[in-house]
Amino acid sequence: MEIIDTFFNVEVLLRTYPLMLKGLWITIKLGVVSIIAGLALGLVLALIRLYAAPPVQLLARIYIDVFRSLPLLVLLIIVYYALPFVGISMSSFWSAMLALTLVSGAYMAEIFRAGIQAIPKGQFEASQALGLGYRHMMVDVILPQAVKIVIPPLTNNSINVVKDTALASVVAMPDLLKQATQAQALAANPSPLILAAAIYVAILWPLVAAVSRMERRLGAGER
Amino acid sequence: MDGFVSIRNLKKFYGEFCALKGINLDIAEGEVICIVGPSGSGKSTLIRCINRLEGFEDTSEIVVDGIPVMPGKSLAKVRAEVGMVFQSFNLFPHLTVRRNVMLAPSRVRGLSTTEATDRANFLLERVGISEQADKYPEHLSGGQQQRVAIARALAMEPRVMLFDEPTSALDPEMVGEVLDVMKDLAGTGVTMIVVTHEMGFARQVADRVIFMDGGEVIETGKPDEIFSNPQEPRTQNFLSAVLNH
Repeated sequence: MEIIDTFFNVEVLLRTYPLMLKGLWITIKLGVVSIIAGLALGLVLALIRLYAAPPVQLLARIYIDVFRSLPLLVLLIIVYYALPFVGISMSSFWSAMLALTLVSGAYMAEIFRAGIQAIPKGQFEASQALGLGYRHMMVDVILPQAVKIVIPPLTNNSINVVKDTALASVVAMPDLLKQATQAQALAANPSPLILAAAIYVAILWPLVAAVSRMERRLGAGER
Repeated sequence: MDGFVSIRNLKKFYGEFCALKGINLDIAEGEVICIVGPSGSGKSTLIRCINRLEGFEDTSEIVVDGIPVMPGKSLAKVRAEVGMVFQSFNLFPHLTVRRNVMLAPSRVRGLSTTEATDRANFLLERVGISEQADKYPEHLSGGQQQRVAIARALAMEPRVMLFDEPTSALDPEMVGEVLDVMKDLAGTGVTMIVVTHEMGFARQVADRVIFMDGGEVIETGKPDEIFSNPQEPRTQNFLSAVLNH
């Protein structure tokens, strides 16, 4: 019984869950906004990396490599604590959103690039031979096929973004984890932390399962 | 410039390798040309230069209907006037057959959806695929896919049609249906340049046959002259190899 009172204390949970819900809402908002911005940034970076003038391509490549090497937590702390020294100060939400987007954009770019490169050369040639301009070729022919191939890795990356939102609690953002640690301190009981963990799993498990399903189906299609 | 399609001193290098060694060719409006020759002779490279899927040397010149085939704005005009059919069909797998045909006319020519649909239906009827219009390409046979590819190219109302070995990837029983569509097309006055191994087709349909080998035009003439009385030893060797088996 002691274990249940310690980790699953119903009375504590009932008292703290409004706080947790608030935190959950912020976590979801941060996750969704960062995923959308990361997808957009990734697509633009991938197109630059593949088709821009060579010096610009090189810049995109450097960006992608740097932001894949930089620990997210380090970037987040720089954005939140260092940028104010040069007059740029953002709320904890926008700091976290910026850091998450900059990093996830780099990963998304590599995923989009792989997808575009997997499209057979004949698709590009047929588009060009029909007189389609670059924009129509990409929007109507290449990207719909490329995106379909990379939905599983893009979803994986999106799951990582949602998990990484927890790092924002370091810059005092009242997300799910932060609210849970506060609730734990208030109640002098760790049950809110367990609840927070359970909520993360409950949100992300369906996505993880969906990726496995998609990968199994794609694998079966190839055979 | 004499021809509707005019090719002057066309040279193409792949690194050190010279794929085209200075081709000169004039093609009249409405003419049906078949280009034959052994693999690696540069036939496909030649027609891929006409809509600049392959770049070529700056000293070379290709003009289609008075428009130079140069990078930039004029290239878009050339590509809108020149249709192409590929060996491997290259249909868009994520679009239905009808959407495949509608895409370029609506995006490049600015046709409304209704106009593009009407045009697609008409052309699919013409190539005998109207019943498959709502299917995706993967559910069609190779011969049907290639006929859709022809309809897709025709939807741009091109002045010139390029065919790059259109029947080479087909099962033998499907070659005929594609060649029949091409024969019908040859009667409509569109300029056709066909790279092919189908000697029967070349003989029956071509106004002029061009024999290429080693990146050069070796011999050119009416089908009867080329097939019955070839002058060049290389043409004779090639024809005896492909016709006597």
